[in-house]
Amino acid sequence: MARTADADFKTRLQNWIPKLVLSPTIAMMAVFVYGFILFSVYLSFTDSRLLPSFGWVGFENYSKLWRLSHWEVSLTNMGIFAALYILICTAIGLTLAIFLDQKIRGEGFLRPIYLYPMALSFIVTGTAWKWFLDPGIGLENIMQSWGWVNFSFDWIKNRDYAIYTIVLAAVWQTSGFVMAMFLAGLRGIDNEILKAAQMDGASNWNLYRRIIIPQLRPAFLSAFVILSHLAIKTFDLVIAMTGGGPGRATELPATFMYSYTFTRNQMGIGAASATIMLMTIAAIMIPYLYSELREKK
Amino acid sequence: MSAATQDTAIRTGRVTRTLIYLVLILFALFYMLPLYVMLVNSVKPLDEITGGGMMNLPQEFTIEPWLKAWSTAQIGVDPTGLAPYFWNSIKMVVPAVIISTVLGALNGYVLTKWRFKYDTIIFGLMLFACFIPFQIVLIPMARMLGLMGLAGTTWGLALVHIVYGIGFTTLYFRNYYAVFPTELIRAAQIDGAGFFQIFWRILLPSSGPIAVVSVIWQFTNIWNDFLFGASFAGADSQPMTVALNNLVQSSTGVKEYNVHFAGAILAAMPTLLVYIVAGRYFVRGLMAGSVKG
Amino acid sequence: MTIMKSLKMTAAAVALSAGAAQAADVEVLHWWTSGGEAAALNVLKQDLEGQGVGWTDMPVAGGGGEQAMTVLRARVTAGNAPTAVQGLGFDILDWANQGALADLNAVAAQEGWDEVVPDALKAFAKVDGKWVSAPVNVHSTNWVWANKAVLDANGIGVPGTWEEFTAALETLKAAGVTPIAHGGQAWQDATVFDAVAMSVLGPDGYKAAFVDLDEDTLGSDAMKEAFDRMAVIRANVDDNFSGRDWNLATAMVINGEAGFQMMGDWAKGEFLNANKVPGEDFLCFRFPGTQDQVTFNADQFMMFDQGGSVSDEQAKLASAILSPSFQSAFNVVKGSVPARTDVSDADFDACGKQGMKDLAAAAASGNLFGSMAHGHAAPASVKNAVYDVVTAHFNGEYDSETAVQELVDAVSIAK
Repeated sequence: MARTADADFKTRLQNWIPKLVLSPTIAMMAVFVYGFILFSVYLSFTDSRLLPSFGWVGFENYSKLWRLSHWEVSLTNMGIFAALYILICTAIGLTLAIFLDQKIRGEGFLRPIYLYPMALSFIVTGTAWKWFLDPGIGLENIMQSWGWVNFSFDWIKNRDYAIYTIVLAAVWQTSGFVMAMFLAGLRGIDNEILKAAQMDGASNWNLYRRIIIPQLRPAFLSAFVILSHLAIKTFDLVIAMTGGGPGRATELPATFMYSYTFTRNQMGIGAASATIMLMTIAAIMIPYLYSELREKK
Repeated sequence: MSAATQDTAIRTGRVTRTLIYLVLILFALFYMLPLYVMLVNSVKPLDEITGGGMMNLPQEFTIEPWLKAWSTAQIGVDPTGLAPYFWNSIKMVVPAVIISTVLGALNGYVLTKWRFKYDTIIFGLMLFACFIPFQIVLIPMARMLGLMGLAGTTWGLALVHIVYGIGFTTLYFRNYYAVFPTELIRAAQIDGAGFFQIFWRILLPSSGPIAVVSVIWQFTNIWNDFLFGASFAGADSQPMTVALNNLVQSSTGVKEYNVHFAGAILAAMPTLLVYIVAGRYFVRGLMAGSVKG
Repeated sequence: MTIMKSLKMTAAAVALSAGAAQAADVEVLHWWTSGGEAAALNVLKQDLEGQGVGWTDMPVAGGGGEQAMTVLRARVTAGNAPTAVQGLGFDILDWANQGALADLNAVAAQEGWDEVVPDALKAFAKVDGKWVSAPVNVHSTNWVWANKAVLDANGIGVPGTWEEFTAALETLKAAGVTPIAHGGQAWQDATVFDAVAMSVLGPDGYKAAFVDLDEDTLGSDAMKEAFDRMAVIRANVDDNFSGRDWNLATAMVINGEAGFQMMGDWAKGEFLNANKVPGEDFLCFRFPGTQDQVTFNADQFMMFDQGGSVSDEQAKLASAILSPSFQSAFNVVKGSVPARTDVSDADFDACGKQGMKDLAAAAASGNLFGSMAHGHAAPASVKNAVYDVVTAHFNGEYDSETAVQELVDAVSIAK
């Protein structure tokens, strides 16, 4: 009797161990992520300014938020930035990965060069970029001193183009990382399939278009997750390069949220903008996660 | 991953290859550009920088800025340089990286090999958590740390990094373990091996590549974090990035750009080293699983 | 780091994490990390250590204290407030209204602060009759800095009126010199706007607009005139101004590339660092039309309540800050003037002496006003709302008429 009870206990324990192992993570997520999200949503309906306070004001913060022209600016910028950033990083990453996959001599030398920007913090690479893009001391000045007198590159000082310089620096930082993801995907493709296709006389172009790139789907999806999360969190970059300027031309939702919550002492409006941002993220990510995770079963 | 063992089916002509090399080298130059700007300006005297010509090689070479950034630059009231903060960062990064990677590995193991009802939903929730903007968690996190008695400590800071890194490490390990043959696990189970035995004897020994990915990712993110470090560290545990920020951002005073750049490279040294040393395992690790469905 | 010091720091951390009151250390959160400032603060540190009070340093630089204020919020929320925190203007009042600050009246009475600190400054150091923070200095923001050689070469004297000023700008432009060195960052745009608005609206109008936030004044024709003058200034800066740090703009004046810069008195340090002599190489004067007024911002140290009453260390720190010797030593370095009006000006240079004289005169005649651009006229939300409009107008997004309407609207949302 004792032995079976013991065995019984053991199997039950075995059933519980996986859940026990998972439980610290679940608890942390429940409190530190979802609890905090709920708290932030709640704050968006209160009159919080310097510190959280709990006077209910309904949708006042939201109506104020939508009256602020520079919230709209930051949303437009987010659209431009995220779209270009994700597209360009993916394109450059894929191109470099395909090129690097052609039995390139010196791959071991080039790869770390492509990857290293990810290792640097923007607190100071921002300064390097700022200098480089500054027409007075950077590229424009250098090209002019080399004899191209009419060369002009003043995007960072131009309200309509400054956001593109942010894209440039952001692409610089992460496209190498995306390259690594695609390279890994390429290396994982079964060569037998390719050889068979080649026997059938497929050109390189068709090989990539019809067979290889479709097989990289998981890499595309991982890249999308990583890039979109980085796009949404882009903050240091803007602070270091333009401080949101010229004027408010490079303000993004993350900088907007930070400035209302912490420097302007309008925590309620900051929380409202955070709520809208989270809803936007959810609207994009939930369908994606749903399709991704369902197919894997 | 050496080219010799790689049997690619793609053949390219000479012209194409030249073009490919050209593009690759151009991009390499593009990636090196900011580092070049930082490097050359970190070995110039200040008046040479303010005199203009930021792309020029130094006329007068000096390592003074490097020494200053490391040991005598003004970070706070005391001219300590970045050196003491370096160890603060190490003390925070090492436990945070180890714990979040171990938890990620265990989570990935459970979520792929010990499936239960709603496990996908739980994983989805973890993944969604990666997207939470850090600015909104600052105040409630401060309160929680205060309640737990961890405010202003290295452990408190490490906890924060663990919490917000675990989604990524779980993602990496889950995708990696997903392609690991489940039959092996079942066989071991029949032989009477328990939960941890299976993990320890079967999965862990083959987890090297993905552990590298997870460690690199976590190490870089945690080392470079500024917001949490500034907000949750105490006076004796401020990390390197906060010190670097103090060095660079001094609001009213002379800006010693050469010292700033030297400091920036010093601060980035560990992460650069990790990328260079572990870089080749990195691609291998990604290849081995994280980008596969 | 010596063993003693690391032991001391560990001890402080243990005391903090246990939530216990600290024995005899002050923990000071500040953003003075540049060479000169930090050296000046070190005087204070050594003074305290001489009295047996340890100093735990908590520097967080960035954005003129914005970063430090974020950290402060996290620290207070965690129930772990530093002992003393550098603070500016309305931030101090906000924290006092949260009931987070300690009552310094006992020290203040003993040291006679009430007699020596100007009323305009007290408005930010005393709340409901209680001293809550110790003022360190007074910066005035309506200065113009000029390269004397450039002015002399073009036959320009110190302009006393807006008309003379614009004439000087024309002359410089014709001579191929950038008339105004300026850095296009919101706070710098607003610093210039402060002085311009004061000259157009006059002291009463300035107060009505930025302190009382009176909608009629904010939307008045005079305000439009102020924006028109900003447009004139915009037309006289170089094309490459946006995003430039203020000290680089100062360097343009030092190097003779530009004639004038409108900036607070901290710009003086840049000139001195370049071995320039006030009165000989460079000139400092009040923005034309604001000769009698001083717009100021003042750095102070707020004392956070560590449980009931002011601790012994806080009292010692506060009295050290207000001591005439520290006030003089610190402000000579910082470029600002002492927060108390009875400090000898012997150690100050020509600009410093004039600054002290102007401050005393303005304080006596009721012409001392908090600077809007530096958070001493209205709360942070309003200040930043004004920034948005001023900077958008300066960058050509709005014309003057739109700017005035936007100003009224933005202030009403922020109020």
